[in-house]
Amino acid sequence: MSELILAVEDLTVSFDGFKAVDGLNFYVEKDELRVVIGPNGAGKTTLLDMICGKTKPTAGTIKFKYRDLAEMIEFQITRLGVGRKFQNPSVYEDLTVFENLEISYPQRRGLLGSLLFRRDDALLDKIDEVAGLIFLDEVLRHKAGQLSHGQKQWLEIGMLLMQDPELLLLDEPVAGMSAREREQTAQLLNGISKGRSIVVIEHDMAFVKLIAHKVTVLHQGKLLAEGSMDEVQADERVREVYLGH
Amino acid sequence: MQTHIESSSPARAAVANVGRSRGFLERWSFAILAVLLLAALPLSLDVFRLGLAAKFLSLGFCAVGIVLIWGYGGILSLGQGVFFGLGSYMMAMFLKLESTGADSSAQALSSFFGSSLPDFMVWNSIEALPWWWEPFHHVWFTLPAIVLLPALLAFVLAYANFRKRVGGVYFSIITLALSAILSIVIIGQQGVTGGVNGINDFRTFLGVNLDEDRVKIAMYFVTCVLLLACVAVGRFLLRSRLGKVLVAIRDREDRVRFSGYDPALFKAFVFAVAAIFSSIGGALFTMQVGLASPSLVGIVPSVEMVIYAAVGGRLSLVGAVYGAVLVGAAKTFFSENFVEYWMYFIGVLFVVVVMFLPDGLAGLIARVRARRSKAPTPATAPLATATGVAK
Amino acid sequence: MTVDMFAMQAFTGLSIFTILMLMALGLAIVFGLMGVINMAHGELMAMGAYTSYGTALFFQKFMPSLMDAYVFVGIVLAFIVTSVFGFLLERGLIRFLYRRPLDTLLATWGLSLILQQVFRQFIDAKEVEVPTVSWLKGAWQVTEGIALPLSRLFIIVLAIVTAAVVYMILFRTRAGLRIRAVTQNRVMAGAAGIDTARVDALSFAFGCGLAGIAGSSFTMLASTGPTTGQQYIVDTFIVVVFGGVESLLGTISSAFLIGQMQSWFEFGLGGSMARASILALVIAVLYFRPNGLFAAKVRR
Repeated sequence: MSELILAVEDLTVSFDGFKAVDGLNFYVEKDELRVVIGPNGAGKTTLLDMICGKTKPTAGTIKFKYRDLAEMIEFQITRLGVGRKFQNPSVYEDLTVFENLEISYPQRRGLLGSLLFRRDDALLDKIDEVAGLIFLDEVLRHKAGQLSHGQKQWLEIGMLLMQDPELLLLDEPVAGMSAREREQTAQLLNGISKGRSIVVIEHDMAFVKLIAHKVTVLHQGKLLAEGSMDEVQADERVREVYLGH
Repeated sequence: MQTHIESSSPARAAVANVGRSRGFLERWSFAILAVLLLAALPLSLDVFRLGLAAKFLSLGFCAVGIVLIWGYGGILSLGQGVFFGLGSYMMAMFLKLESTGADSSAQALSSFFGSSLPDFMVWNSIEALPWWWEPFHHVWFTLPAIVLLPALLAFVLAYANFRKRVGGVYFSIITLALSAILSIVIIGQQGVTGGVNGINDFRTFLGVNLDEDRVKIAMYFVTCVLLLACVAVGRFLLRSRLGKVLVAIRDREDRVRFSGYDPALFKAFVFAVAAIFSSIGGALFTMQVGLASPSLVGIVPSVEMVIYAAVGGRLSLVGAVYGAVLVGAAKTFFSENFVEYWMYFIGVLFVVVVMFLPDGLAGLIARVRARRSKAPTPATAPLATATGVAK
Repeated sequence: MTVDMFAMQAFTGLSIFTILMLMALGLAIVFGLMGVINMAHGELMAMGAYTSYGTALFFQKFMPSLMDAYVFVGIVLAFIVTSVFGFLLERGLIRFLYRRPLDTLLATWGLSLILQQVFRQFIDAKEVEVPTVSWLKGAWQVTEGIALPLSRLFIIVLAIVTAAVVYMILFRTRAGLRIRAVTQNRVMAGAAGIDTARVDALSFAFGCGLAGIAGSSFTMLASTGPTTGQQYIVDTFIVVVFGGVESLLGTISSAFLIGQMQSWFEFGLGGSMARASILALVIAVLYFRPNGLFAAKVRR
């Protein structure tokens, strides 16, 4: 077993008594691409929210590289190397694609640093590299608001890549994409998963098959099953949950 | 035509020639403003009108700050009067102490009371100078305090609130309450603040007579230079990475957190910068108008300052100066001719600018230019995002 | 401090509470539920006060025999006038600004300045006072040291009745259900067949009408001037924010607390410093409870 990058243990969060995530254990190894599936309300997005600091857990621990994230706030967690992509593409629509990528560059993010920040070759090279990966090298000067839905999804992934995170959390990265765009995205994810760990939430089973090494199934805030795609699909309880819906 | 380097590096191509699309007025706006303020106005106005202009320009400091925090930061402060007032009162306290020390009748009184007290304190039978007045005997304390004290107050207040995610309209209401507090305290504590009448009746600054025409003209230039400096600082901030982050925070604060920035820190910093601008404006106002008054501290003037920025264009630092001067001039025009219509004018101005000219005069110029060049209108910032949505 | 003084002080707080609450109830709907920052809310209160004043003058001149009943007519008319004005305001201005709360703030501020000047120019630049009707004169002598003015008692009753009616309308009628549905989830409410634009206009008008009632009762306590509304607007917003914007009960409790504080602080500090310290205190409390004192924990 290779080294763990993320260890979530006994994680619980309740909103007014309703337990969205309930005593969950969840481990991700280095360089792993993990897919989390489950019916609506299973607690998938809430799980990512807690890892990246958007929601504070009621109980349990989240350890990233053996450091407890529960006490930190969002930007500190991001600086440790966790990148989060949201369900609805969340980009800076008023800035250009170039500026969107530039702002995500993980240097000089303090107050003084950002005042003295200057573009250098390392930054431009990095933007070239990432823009190529996310198929947006032709539209760097466009405002992000003018991009198509799928392109915005890519841009957001690109912004995360600029941050060079060790753990990427992607919430439904292919929602609203055409079949061809989905294929491209699968390629993209497979390409970038080398050297970093990725957790993907996805509903689209065809897409999951394209990328998954290992799948985690959540149901009502609890772990239902975990294993390879085939194992999970063969699991009686998983079928019941999905067919029951 | 693309050069070899550009085609091999899309990123380098994207940053080349940025700004080429801006028009003459936009590109030279700062220089035009400088020429207007430093040459055109002094050559065409008499000393009295120049003094009026200086008064409006002092308020322009607040407007420039408001463009920074409201236009780019999405924080609507209804408390700039507080910072203006702090600067104004600190300067007034210094001037008052200086003139009290120099005035022979005040000295006569002081020998009677045992200490030299500003006249209004004597009238209110205050017997000793309050301890917080003492440091304002010294210019080396007063001038730094005018810059640092409002900045500190603004930063602490803003950082505390932004850290707790209190923003949008809630923060506006808090700043509104702050304006109310300061004006209530000033009016209520007449003995040590001068009350409704404010602090007035002082003539010299470091021995220089402020009433002399020569000095007035010099003060006008000092005001202009400092104001232009504030605009330049604002430009520097907006063009730096901090400016981009600020816009990003305005439009999508959540995302910025996940890009690894601390939005509270950035917003509080800009808020403090705007407070410094206002405070400097307040100090200059007091030196030139000869008055520090609670009527420039409370809610009404604080909200009025926002309209200066809105008229000029909430996204235009230079526009804010024009806005302050134009609205100020209009106010003078109305009060000289038909006082009763001023309230209608300013009221309608608020409604019209918000409804029809959300980007103010600067936006109007951009629109005219776009129409004239028949180029497709550049996609302007959608307003919903430019104003910061409550939740 | 004697028991009598204690009781009188508490009673004074109660009177402040009633005005604050009546003002804040309207704002709780307009701002708390709908999210509209109406800076002219204070002027709507003044409008209600002037309506009452006008009614009193009318009765005095044409129906002096019915003078005792004018109070009720005044309240009803104040509600009608301000809610009609509110309806027109929503249709003519507010609805264009729903997604721009800060701009709404500025536009309604402009409106408030215009209204103040209208009051000044067309009604009276000085403060006006309504005659007290005979049955509200005098006081209820509870004990030897405790005398409660009847007019204040009447306002307290009026405030309680109004709060109860607002509560019933919001939580026990279909109209209230619609208002809550639209304010909680506009898109879903629209999809469920609710005419959201109509509900917006009517809820806004209702909130404004409550400001009118507040103004009408205000005339029984103090005189009304062109800037009366402006003097109350900050305090009213503070009441709503302090109570937690989405909770009606929170608004009422917060009005109660602030009313009592005002009364007690005034006792020790004098009127203006009492106001200033309450505002400062509220800012401090909001730092620890950003969603207000009585806000429920909501999943976002």
